[in-house]
Amino acid sequence: MRDVAVIGIGCTTFGEKWESSFRDLFVEAGALALEDAQLAGEKIDAMYVGNMSAGRFVEQEHIGALIADYAGLATHHIPSTRVEAACASGGLAFRQAVIAVASGMEDIVVAAGVEKMTDVEPGASTDTLTGAADREWEGFVGATFPGLYAMIANDYMHRYPLTREQLAQVAVKNHFNGARNPIAQFQQEISVDTVLKSTLVADPLRLFDCSPITDGAAAVIVAPFERAREFTDTPIKVLASAQASDTITLHDRRDISTLDATVIAGKRALKIARCIHKDIDLVEVHDCFSIAEICAIEDLGFCKKGEAGKLTSDGITALNGDLPVNTSGGLKACGHPVGATGIKQVYEIVQQLRGEADRRQIDGAEIGMTHNVGGTGATVAVHIFGRI
Amino acid sequence: MTVARFWRKIPQRYNMIGTKCQTCGRHFFPPRTFCPDCRRTGKIVDHKFRGMGTIVTYTVIHTANEQFEAFTPYVLAIVQLDEGPRMTTQIVCRPDEVKIGMRVKSAFRRIATDGESGIIHYGTKFVPINQT
Repeated sequence: MRDVAVIGIGCTTFGEKWESSFRDLFVEAGALALEDAQLAGEKIDAMYVGNMSAGRFVEQEHIGALIADYAGLATHHIPSTRVEAACASGGLAFRQAVIAVASGMEDIVVAAGVEKMTDVEPGASTDTLTGAADREWEGFVGATFPGLYAMIANDYMHRYPLTREQLAQVAVKNHFNGARNPIAQFQQEISVDTVLKSTLVADPLRLFDCSPITDGAAAVIVAPFERAREFTDTPIKVLASAQASDTITLHDRRDISTLDATVIAGKRALKIARCIHKDIDLVEVHDCFSIAEICAIEDLGFCKKGEAGKLTSDGITALNGDLPVNTSGGLKACGHPVGATGIKQVYEIVQQLRGEADRRQIDGAEIGMTHNVGGTGATVAVHIFGRI
Repeated sequence: MTVARFWRKIPQRYNMIGTKCQTCGRHFFPPRTFCPDCRRTGKIVDHKFRGMGTIVTYTVIHTANEQFEAFTPYVLAIVQLDEGPRMTTQIVCRPDEVKIGMRVKSAFRRIATDGESGIIHYGTKFVPINQT
């Protein structure tokens, strides 16, 4: 297996982008990534694109070919493949690109993610997202995504010490970071009060515990590490790529409050990267809901079960803390265009390791981790990156 | 949901017909035709569940998907059936009544309507067992 490096990154701004179509979004992100790598499009050997549900959001399937075509590569006939794993689509697309390069099958590969979510009514987008759970045995009886994570929150709070205020502090911290990220959907700081006074969505989760509906796209380019310096002075090495699956329904899990797929993928990734937790300088976790960030920090092994609430209220996970979590603002403040999120996490970590994160910069960051979840934990992808 | 798609699962949705592996005794609801423990040595047969269980965790849904908007707020829970499997279901009670550990039993109820003129989906909800 060959070592792999990220040689270029690009991302649109995230938000309700009424003026941009599905194809406008990925063309913009792809062009930014190529420009960053100072690479001509015709050098691309293959593409993988993460997308959850263009079929329901914009009534468009066959995304792989569409993207290659509008990237201006139709006459080059490169292989272009859509990857779908609900909200983990981006993380899995990135992993497929890494595997393609590591195996020696391809050299220059684009991993992209895109979702255009605001062309349907809010009720329809919520319903589409429910397809990430079990439609027949969760969605049919009235479960929603916030509802499923709310059941994790109630189980967690019944068993472990976590206050409603600590849960709110996850969102407060992520908005603080989002306010320092020029691509973030929400660039406003909020207070604990903002969260606690927002509308109840699914008890105990309120509006400000939930990631928003977002349009956006992100793209990164990977290449063999030995060739990386042809394209960039600051290649970022992919130290590990790991993926795990679990039951599609929340109710069938071994433990409602533990994402076993996160535990397994996290352990595998650390082992492959030959790292211990103390080596990780920062992590982008999948905070689709505030409780999800609490579970992720614990399930990745950064602290014991039941301790992440205190870690958050003590400021350990803040920008100036010992373990900065979601410096991009996370899904909560940066936004969550589901298929693009996994790639945006890579975009953020690469910026941080290059020292290009401006007001969010973690001084001396050398090793970073991304954690991308599909559904309530049925698919998880974990990647570790290093500045070499 | 189309008529055929709904009709196909009526035994499970109305009468809680699941399956059981005769090799290891593990119960499955919703039904599985393949035992994850015994794999090819498993022998799967139908099993009618008693419909008794305990609430593992719950939430009160205030913002619902389109089909359920008329019913908010409603109680959603994960119930552990006495035979072992867990399922996601609505609980027929006031939001302030639901508790973790509460005993419940299954009941035949209307779940949702497919628009104003679409088919009515019936299925199983759970009601609290009055404990005296």
